[in-house]
Amino acid sequence: MRHVISILIENEAGALSRVAGLFSARGYNIESLTVAPTEDATLSRMTLVTRGSEDVIEQITKQLNKLLDIVKLIDLADASHVERELMLVKVSTSDETRGEINRLSDIFRGKIIDVTTNSYVIEMTGASDKLDAFVAALDADSIIETVRSGPTAMSRGENGLHL
Amino acid sequence: MELSGGQIVVQYLKDEGVEYLFGYPGGAVLHLYDAIFHQQDVKHILVRHEQGATHAADAYARATGKPGVVLVTSGPGATNAVTGIATAYMDSIPMVIISGQVPTAVIGSDAFQEVDMVGITRPCVKHNFLVKDVNDIAETMKKAFYVATTGRPGPVVVDIPKDITDPNIKVPYKYPKKIKIRSYSPPTKGHPGQIIKAVDLLLNAQRPVIYSGGGVVLGNASAELTEITHLLNYPITNTLMGLGAYPATDKQFVGMLGMHGTYEANLAMHESDFILAIGVRFDDRVTGKLAEFCPHATIVHIDIDPASISKTVKVDVPIVGDVKLVLNQMLSVLKEHKKRPSKKALSAWWSRIEQWRETNCLEFDRNSDVIKPQAVVEQLYQVTKGDAYITSDVGQHQMFAAQFYHFDKPRRWINSGGLGTMGFGLPAAIGVKLAHPEADVACITGEASIQMCIQELSTALQYKTPVKIINLNNRYMGMVRQWQEFSYESRYSHSYMDTIPDFVALAEAYGHVGIRVEKPEDVRPALEKAFALKDRTVFIDFITDRTENVYPMIESGKGHQEMTLRIAPGTPIDRELA
Ligand SMILES: Cc1cc2nc3c(=O)[nH]c(=O)nc-3n(C[C@H](O)[C@H](O)[C@H](O)COP(=O)(O)OP(=O)(O)OC[C@H]3O[C@@H](n4cnc5c(N)ncnc54)[C@H](O)[C@@H]3O)c2cc1C
Ligand SMILES: Cc1ncc(C[n+]2csc(CCOP(=O)(O)OP(=O)(O)O)c2C)c(N)n1
Ligand SMILES: [Mg+2]
Repeated sequence: MRHVISILIENEAGALSRVAGLFSARGYNIESLTVAPTEDATLSRMTLVTRGSEDVIEQITKQLNKLLDIVKLIDLADASHVERELMLVKVSTSDETRGEINRLSDIFRGKIIDVTTNSYVIEMTGASDKLDAFVAALDADSIIETVRSGPTAMSRGENGLHL
Repeated sequence: MELSGGQIVVQYLKDEGVEYLFGYPGGAVLHLYDAIFHQQDVKHILVRHEQGATHAADAYARATGKPGVVLVTSGPGATNAVTGIATAYMDSIPMVIISGQVPTAVIGSDAFQEVDMVGITRPCVKHNFLVKDVNDIAETMKKAFYVATTGRPGPVVVDIPKDITDPNIKVPYKYPKKIKIRSYSPPTKGHPGQIIKAVDLLLNAQRPVIYSGGGVVLGNASAELTEITHLLNYPITNTLMGLGAYPATDKQFVGMLGMHGTYEANLAMHESDFILAIGVRFDDRVTGKLAEFCPHATIVHIDIDPASISKTVKVDVPIVGDVKLVLNQMLSVLKEHKKRPSKKALSAWWSRIEQWRETNCLEFDRNSDVIKPQAVVEQLYQVTKGDAYITSDVGQHQMFAAQFYHFDKPRRWINSGGLGTMGFGLPAAIGVKLAHPEADVACITGEASIQMCIQELSTALQYKTPVKIINLNNRYMGMVRQWQEFSYESRYSHSYMDTIPDFVALAEAYGHVGIRVEKPEDVRPALEKAFALKDRTVFIDFITDRTENVYPMIESGKGHQEMTLRIAPGTPIDRELA
């Protein structure tokens, strides 16, 4: 099963490599990982997406909790939550294709944030499968590059992950 | 008080009450060594190889419960220490390793003797630190000792760049009495609801077994374990790491379990309907084939580390907490409880166990005209009245030591179980002897293992640590040969050495006493002589039976009920008992 694990981690050199090292050493897979500092400069917030049987996920959360840099974590699969991912797509454009790409981008609520005579950069946020669908809808040959943040997530409702 | 970084490290160790520092100098730690030169409180033990320092410190910790402390230089000094750090990590031993590092300004530039110690040790430490500011040393050291010794213990590395110990930069120092790490709060008591559930199951068991291990030793809970076991009159088995946590000579003890455990211990596990697992981690050497592990049992597991629980074997009632506190909680619930275990069921269970016991699965040929390794350990047990500290290396000799030296007290049996590190025994014996100068200390080893850290014989002379080395010399890497007999049609691929040193001459060259023993009747007198030489290190080279194997054995991939037993002593492979 796919699990989204949300983590508060000390904003310190080496903290991220402990998490990455744990996953490679124990043979767990990381589907995606995002990390950035929070409003409290001593902490970073990490969203980690992984897959595994219930037993494996249980071990993953236990092993993560053992890392001294990890202050708190929550498996969002246990709670209803929202997920958003950011994607930038650079596509080649021409007079013939520009209109169609504009339309498609609108339908998916994308924003064109860079324009040259023969390219666009489109910004899009949403659930990961929406981003997949947009990429699939584009003409594959027109895609110059894509970059995705991987999902970030938080639980619904008034409870939050904080100290 | 204004001190330099180097002085702060040494002053901190003194304030922490560190008695011994096991180390080896080099460029990156010269400021530190200069600070050591100016004081006498922390005694430095100069080993002959950094691996030796880690094993000696580790064994000091195992024998005392206090953390072992190591000091090594950057680069090769640090990498030489890694085997010992991993050894301590696998067995959850509290240890603090201070490693020198190249100056902060050149970190990352492939400077002379630079290795990324924090990176290299990350997977085999409980935590590690790189100190980047002289003002942080004291607090970081405090954190290191706190983390190493609390919760599930383990080694912690503190990597200190050379410029941080600069004698010309002095800063205020005060011993930090308290420390808080917001992300770290080791569990203490068990959940009361879980305790009650566990006690109910415990009292309803028909065929119970107590399966306890290293956690009881680490948590100093032998008294509580013994009390609860006596109170219930249940059979108890120990892992290799738990030996001594419960008195081996007690009638409720059914011996070690697992790959080379006793027939009665393994069958009791297999037939049980209830297991009380205490401070154990369901290692594969213990469980055998997981699918066939304790098929009928409800399992209660007490462990301080939630990650040990349901890692390989799913348990029914987990209790996260310190073993000493949890056992005390259980004891008070038990004593209040009106229910008592069913006498009838228990006596039926005991009579089955007695039948298994009658197999006498550890028996060996006592009339052999070559020295049997088991006989040497048995005699050692008698000569030392069962009260010695025994360190060991890794191989058949380690298993014979575990089977034939009956440990009645915790912290007497000092061996590398999780990593299985050959070379552990001799430096470990030195560490133990420093901790307990009045006690008898023997290292049970093999001719292959002893050569991995033999240089520490020189350390033993310098620090006058008279240990007895019991070399069970079978001219084979016996454990490897045994597996080759079982699984590779006796193709002995590189499991022996064509040249073996003259250990007697070698011992003498290092300034010790060497004795060679070739006949069974000379075993006892040699041991008596060795232990009578109170202030000498004695190396006894016992020329033992080359063909002897360790039984019982659960071959890999098999379950507890499929042990191979020795029938006719001396025959290499025996019939299988189903
Ligand atoms: C050649 C060879 C053969 C071997 N054969 C066998 C064999 O036949 N049988 C056998 O048993 N082993 C054998 N071993 C050893 C085996 O590899 C493991 O090291 C051993 O079984 C682990 O013991 P343990 O389960 O007691 O765990 P340990 O490694 O001692 O772990 C201790 C457990 O207790 C917990 N703990 C620590 N402190 C506390 C506390 N205060 N409170 C509560 N819990 C705590 C820890 O979290 C951990 O889960 C062999 C090793 C070698 C090298
Ligand atoms: C450092 C290291 N290398 C290799 C091994 C694999 N190994 C386990 S037991 C053994 C043989 C040990 O031989 P010896 O010390 O003579 O003991 P014996 O089994 O003969 O009693 C080997 C090579 C190990 N455990 N540790
Ligand atoms: Mg040998």
